[in-house]
Amino acid sequence: MTRDAIGQSLTRLEDPPLVTGRGRFIADVNFPHQLHMRVVRSARAHARIVSISTEAASALPGVYAVWTAADIPEIGPIDFREGKIEKLEPYRQPVLAKDMLRYVGEPVAVVFASDAYIAEDAADLVEIEAEDLAPIIEADAAPGVFAPGLSTEAAILNQGFGDIAAAFANAHAIVEIDVKIGRHSGVPLETRGAIGRYDTARDILELHGAAKVPHKNRESLAKVFGRGTTGLHMFEYHVGGGFGVRGEIYPEDILVLAAALRFERPVKWIEDRREHLVAANQSREQRHKIRAAVDKDGLLLGIDNEFWHDQGAYPRTHAMRVADTTCGILPGPYKLAAYRAIGHYRLTNKTPAATYRAPGRYETNFVRERLLDAIAARLDMSRIELRKRNLVRKDEMPYARPLSVLEDDVSYDSGDYAGLLDKSLERIGWDALQDELKARRAKGELVGAGLALFVEKSGLGPTDGAHVRVDTTGAIEVITGGASVGQGFETVMAQVCAETLGADYRNIRVIHGRTDRIDFGIGAHASRATVMTANAVRAAALNVRAKALDVAAELMQSEPAALDIINGQVVRRDAPGGASMSLGQIAGHLRPHSPTRRGRDPGLSCDGWFDSEHQTYPYGNQIAVCAIDRQTGAVKIERYVIAYDIGRAINPMLVRGQILGGFVQGLGGALYEEFTYDETGEPLATTFADYLLPTLSETPDVEVILAEDAPSPRNPLGIKGAGESGIAAVGAAIASALDDALGVSGAIVQLPVTTQRLKRILRELGK
Amino acid sequence: MKQDLTLHVNGRGYDISVEPRKTLADALRDDCGLTGTHLGCEHGVCGACTIIADGEPLRACLMFAVQAEGMQVRTVEGLAKGNEWSPLQKAFVEHHGLQCGYCTPGFLMLATSALEENPQIGDDELRDLLSSNLCRCTGYENIVKAVRAAAAEMEAAR
Repeated sequence: MTRDAIGQSLTRLEDPPLVTGRGRFIADVNFPHQLHMRVVRSARAHARIVSISTEAASALPGVYAVWTAADIPEIGPIDFREGKIEKLEPYRQPVLAKDMLRYVGEPVAVVFASDAYIAEDAADLVEIEAEDLAPIIEADAAPGVFAPGLSTEAAILNQGFGDIAAAFANAHAIVEIDVKIGRHSGVPLETRGAIGRYDTARDILELHGAAKVPHKNRESLAKVFGRGTTGLHMFEYHVGGGFGVRGEIYPEDILVLAAALRFERPVKWIEDRREHLVAANQSREQRHKIRAAVDKDGLLLGIDNEFWHDQGAYPRTHAMRVADTTCGILPGPYKLAAYRAIGHYRLTNKTPAATYRAPGRYETNFVRERLLDAIAARLDMSRIELRKRNLVRKDEMPYARPLSVLEDDVSYDSGDYAGLLDKSLERIGWDALQDELKARRAKGELVGAGLALFVEKSGLGPTDGAHVRVDTTGAIEVITGGASVGQGFETVMAQVCAETLGADYRNIRVIHGRTDRIDFGIGAHASRATVMTANAVRAAALNVRAKALDVAAELMQSEPAALDIINGQVVRRDAPGGASMSLGQIAGHLRPHSPTRRGRDPGLSCDGWFDSEHQTYPYGNQIAVCAIDRQTGAVKIERYVIAYDIGRAINPMLVRGQILGGFVQGLGGALYEEFTYDETGEPLATTFADYLLPTLSETPDVEVILAEDAPSPRNPLGIKGAGESGIAAVGAAIASALDDALGVSGAIVQLPVTTQRLKRILRELGK
Repeated sequence: MKQDLTLHVNGRGYDISVEPRKTLADALRDDCGLTGTHLGCEHGVCGACTIIADGEPLRACLMFAVQAEGMQVRTVEGLAKGNEWSPLQKAFVEHHGLQCGYCTPGFLMLATSALEENPQIGDDELRDLLSSNLCRCTGYENIVKAVRAAAAEMEAAR
């Protein structure tokens, strides 16, 4: 295998341990003499703490310690990852609740015991006395009081451009909708977990169970404990799904480290499922009142959006990122002259919210595409035609607009939005399908088709590095600051290194999630690992290749340009079957004491860096055909097409895997998954019997069109991200199809479209 | 109070001492060191902890270890014969039937018990069967493909 590793659907390097039971997830890791931590959580949504009694818990045999906020006065609230945000500082979550309880599930105390069962027993004995206060459940209700002098409207976000008043004054028609996205989240199959360990001999604090952003989190945690980053290390193991939720700094991460330092014993915490469903970041919940001004031909003159973002009880490490992305990405693939977004960032008495796969896009794709459907209905124009008239054209790329996403100015790099739409329409046979569906509806069936277009964003930089080294056996190690959340990171990095260097990808070991192996790393989030880290791996592999060829040319009495590396062997280009040298031999010549090293730096190893000025913008569309069962309100998805342009696929099999997996998560958010709360703030979805993840029964076959028509001009490999495309527009496309099935544009105004909601809609429409 | 018992797992006896309330899943993981069996919900919904006991697929989180005494238990660690993977293990790799791999042992054990019983399992029956476990990464399609491919191989080998 060499020189053709990129673009191949190679099987994964990750799989052998995972199919044989040899994987090592954080719950599988144990250290001698460890303590088990159990978190005592608030059972109240909003209350003032009167007293916390820990005596009974402390007295239980096997209990080592019980902590409340009073035991860790030195630890402040949890900081934002991207730095200080003055106005949000007073809203940050304390590691343990001090005076107030603000959501069911909030950590109030922790028990440390010799055994996980005992820790759980003891946690039940901690008594919290508190005075209930009125909870705030709806983000769009009047703001309340977070703390004296602090409104629950913690911030108002604004983005926009153009003359919005003029756009609406000159409109041929103004179309307004009011829509909601339900609260749901990543819910990985593996719950969270962390082990804090203090190496007293070396004075190094260790967090085992890192994920997503190990290097960035190391910086944050080092600050918490007043240490330099060289005195704190993060260790990632197998990760049972991330989806944005895992790998943020939560109270539990800080608690295991604080306890490990104080007790000088390892401290292990493994979350249970009920905890996960009330403690890990939730996401998505927004209400949008949005209106569009259009001319008589359906061209968008302006979009004016006011939305309420339900942040839950506290801003978490992401601060306002989801709400801000919502503002910046909402226009999607369409041109418009004027735009205004006003976002109310509201705190409520629910589990705090943050990013979940395609944050800000799953929401805005639903909102914007609902709006486009409403415009089409008002102008009596086809949904396709309206969209085509407004799309950014291929010849207008790169297309910038004065908006920002993740503090990066929006500038779509490349794409043929209309061309990809045509591919999907052709695949599904759109015109014939309309006739067929019409005929079925005439016979009384509730069946329809819908579509949604979307622009993704990926590969936020600015910089990532990698180190590639070859040992004297020819084995290759790629050391990255990336992270693996199950997406196939090792395989993809190995493929890029294999092709660049000229080696077998199976001979490459990829290191990630280890801050003790490399100083910097961007981790794995927001679809950036392949864009950023793979390009850094390529740069490092090119450097190693050049060094190897330099040595080999001297020893083989040739010129580097006359040599090639194939399958780990340096050969002459004009006689590939003749004399050769292995990369391992060359590494031997580069050992420190080797006389043939001749002043070169020792070791066949090099760093490589990649800098990126802007994100890349992959794009796609999704088409759904749905039938509604009148009796049950259940939705059956008869066909589903996802078209996605990824620029260049390193491993098409893995990209399809990302799309299919993302789709099913999107399906969950569209029809089944919802974190519901009663009027007292009690969460109602705290088990998998209430929070409904899609199973195979609910999953239709999905037709994927994977396009590589628009490689990114912003990196040498032409890559755009893969992770969030499948999920991005599922709610939008299904809503459009359900409207069509019901024969009423605008019937669907809220996700998820549960059977209960759909039954109510059917009743109201007299269907 | 802890109770002494012997668990028979993958053809080997494990003499362990556990409280009666300890689940089979926890005993396999903590006391036998067989961490391939994973816990995803601990109330029998997700199926990540599926094992085979006396030929039947069972949720190891819903059983106490003491109840498994005398049973022949099989876990994911016992699927390969030495370095030779089972047809299902091979097929999951070939067809990209896993991403994070957390649910994979449960799916492998579920499918192993079904295919050993009947490699000619029909499509509908197979979909019903596989709907009893949750996966959050793959979107299921590749799991179905993998199990189908393994079924064909196992049927051919009969």
